[in-house]
Amino acid sequence: MKPARFDYVRAATLAEAHAALAEGGDDARIIAGGQSLVPMLSMRLARPAVLIDIMHLPALTKIGVKGDSIRVEAAVRQAELLAWPELRERQPLLAAALPWVGHAQTRSRGTVCGSVAHADPSAELPLTLLALKGAVELSSQKRRRHVAAEEFFTGLMSTARNDDELIEAVEFPCRAAGHGYAFTEFARRHGDFAIVACAAVASKDGARLAIGGVADIPTARDFAGIEGDALDDALDEFAGGLDARDDLHATAKYRRALVRRLGRATIEEARRCRA
Amino acid sequence: MPRLSADARHRIRFELNGHTVEGDAEPRMLLTDFLRHTLGMTGTHVGCEHGVCGACTVEIDGVPARACLTLAVQADGARIRTVEGLAPAPRRLSVLQEAFRRHHALQCGFCTAGILMSLDHYLRHHPDPGEADLREFLSGHLCRCTGYAPILAAALDAAAKLREASAHA
Repeated sequence: MKPARFDYVRAATLAEAHAALAEGGDDARIIAGGQSLVPMLSMRLARPAVLIDIMHLPALTKIGVKGDSIRVEAAVRQAELLAWPELRERQPLLAAALPWVGHAQTRSRGTVCGSVAHADPSAELPLTLLALKGAVELSSQKRRRHVAAEEFFTGLMSTARNDDELIEAVEFPCRAAGHGYAFTEFARRHGDFAIVACAAVASKDGARLAIGGVADIPTARDFAGIEGDALDDALDEFAGGLDARDDLHATAKYRRALVRRLGRATIEEARRCRA
Repeated sequence: MPRLSADARHRIRFELNGHTVEGDAEPRMLLTDFLRHTLGMTGTHVGCEHGVCGACTVEIDGVPARACLTLAVQADGARIRTVEGLAPAPRRLSVLQEAFRRHHALQCGFCTAGILMSLDHYLRHHPDPGEADLREFLSGHLCRCTGYAPILAAALDAAAKLREASAHA
């Protein structure tokens, strides 16, 4: 398995990256850590004419708090965010989800923004971003804009990013007072793609549950003021409405059953963490 | 760095096991192939070529990473360690390699180079590892021979020996 031919540009500045993207159009791809893109290249599922490497831009390497959100820039590796001393305090859901992303040997290179850009339906970081109602900061030569996670993921590995835009940062809202958070996932082996992944946020008014690995995009539902059997019924209805499919790893029916059971368990755990 | 054309080979230079090495590569060449074919360093093995099996794990800029998920052009200017850099001298094994031999932590040896590179890094940063942490860390590697138990035993034994050595140092 070898990639098809492409040109390679190692951008030294953000302006250079924007210019190369504007020139390359939909034949250009940004490469950051490459942990999702390089397999796509090797399997020739992606055949860009030019790759633009943004890992040498000194400008995009920061993790910081901006307003009420954690802002993670494009060149921040998953392992760097996991090792950020403020992570657990600032956002326990992100701290709980990150160890599920690939393996230590891929988190060392893979970036947070790259996982969001790749938008794999079973990936943990897009799911977490959606559960928290985070946002994606896109920039191009012409403009800069923020897109809410709920509008960013548009289909299987498809996003609202335009061809001339790159993800400059993603913003995960910090923990809110009185909220509890939990993350669970089921896969055959640790580090495999999730068969079902659940991220839950509990508040005094109810719970929000986001599900990955089932439909083409991560999907979230708010369950306000529902408890007990009514919550089970609501979860049944949510699971039934997801566009689940049979594949090599699990049937659609099995995935829906996992959404009901694991989803409920994750919500309960988030409630327990509401202290 | 200017735009590197798809059809040409470009000079790549990096530090490999403490020495500067160089060779020519097309932008599409994977680091695994650059190490093995261009540099002739065949200690790094190629398994699945899409980041799942861990056989090609090397250390890039101080962290374990998949060589098959890295382009040679991305590695230009980096600091890389491979399994060839583990032994302290010819005909002498590292403490970890010695433990692998003692515990029969390899049979066919195909996955071994990658596992050694991961564990070498892990034990340097976690001198007293717990078995559960080691198991999770090793989940990034597939071995179809050993059943993993001897690999765990070797890692724990090597960690103990390394602690002993540093206490006497």
